[in-house]
Amino acid sequence: MMKISLTLNGKPVTVDVEPRTSLADLLRSPGCGCTSIHLGCEHGVCGACTILIDGRIARSCIALAVACDGAEVTTLEGLGEDELTTQLKDAFHCNHGLQCGFCTPGMLISAREVVARNPQLSEEELRTAMSGNICRCTGYTGIVAAVSAVAASRASSCTSES
Amino acid sequence: MKPAPFDYVRPRDLGEAVAALSEFEWGARVLAGGQSLVPMLNLRLSPVLRLVDISGLEELRGVEEDPEGVTFGACVRHGEFEDGQVPDPARGMMHHVAGRIAYRAVRNRGTIGGSLSLADPSADWITVVMALGASFVIRGAAGERRVAGSDMFLGPYSTALGEHDILAAIRVPKLGRSARWGYYKIIRKAGEYPMTTASVVLDPDRGRSSVVLGTVNRGPLEMARMAAGMQGAGTWSAQLEGNLREAIRLDLETAGRDQDSCEMKLCETTLLRAAQSALVQ
Repeated sequence: MMKISLTLNGKPVTVDVEPRTSLADLLRSPGCGCTSIHLGCEHGVCGACTILIDGRIARSCIALAVACDGAEVTTLEGLGEDELTTQLKDAFHCNHGLQCGFCTPGMLISAREVVARNPQLSEEELRTAMSGNICRCTGYTGIVAAVSAVAASRASSCTSES
Repeated sequence: MKPAPFDYVRPRDLGEAVAALSEFEWGARVLAGGQSLVPMLNLRLSPVLRLVDISGLEELRGVEEDPEGVTFGACVRHGEFEDGQVPDPARGMMHHVAGRIAYRAVRNRGTIGGSLSLADPSADWITVVMALGASFVIRGAAGERRVAGSDMFLGPYSTALGEHDILAAIRVPKLGRSARWGYYKIIRKAGEYPMTTASVVLDPDRGRSSVVLGTVNRGPLEMARMAAGMQGAGTWSAQLEGNLREAIRLDLETAGRDQDSCEMKLCETTLLRAAQSALVQ
């Protein structure tokens, strides 16, 4: 076992982990309780476990917890007050952007990054940028509509501000 | 939890990292970004007894630029190329390629050195750095040595790196002002591993042209006749395309690659599209 410390959703956490423990398993454990992290493929393909490490999106299933010693980790639980995340949640609701909901936390985290980085994406670019998150209900039309709606509102507010 | 148990070491410098690898005759692996290695651990594809985590070593994250080229520390992440946080000696080629590796979440952690050390034959960087004439700085128990791009990649998942070696840096020469490049990959779903990749670099100032092909099941292939056929080419034409098709056929034949397969068609298409994109930039 190795002792690591990280900042989880703004709070300091110190835990003992086995080197083979993924960050996803650590964060989902009762001590951390971040069950918004969903484990689909567990080899970095499906995107359901996407979180932020030091402010950048990452797959928590293929990040080893020991390798995140000292990192700042944010999950969907930590974005409850985040304005963009709230907009995206509302847009997913309005545009039927989820069916079973398993992929939704990862979709929201990825969409937040995509929209924040470049709100003026074409639909094709948006689909490519979101392609790392798989929806097994195949509900992509609603998801793309939701993310597009938030991107368009931000793009227009950027234009009017400038 | 999916991987089998392993030992984990976080060295303070490159010397300690090499020493930590050398304590095991085999089975110690270097962890850089972990975006290929950790999936392999999760799937228990290869036995690993110890991970030596070099991702925090500042000496591997540096970038040095001089008039002739840029030396990238092995732990520079794909996302840093994508975001323009590091200089691009290849007039936009490295930026272009990096932004299309896997997905953003992977590019934020995956490193150029990790990708090249693993030498997955269908990964993006190998053909690019070979076409750019890159060389590699390798650190081992006996000290540091340099290896040229053409001597680095021996086959799928096989490189000049020994069991206890670490790729420390990648040296990429600067392209001349009139240089052109093309990169193309055939991919079934955005972000997945390509089926075929091709890099074309035409650098008249340095009198150099290079074409490198990547496929899923063989090592990278330098397409010497095709590169010669591209030298001095100005614009895309039906005649040039015909000449290049013949050059590709001869290059693949010389390398003993199957001429009639679907793979041959994929290779030809990938190479021609990379060549075309170099000329229409």
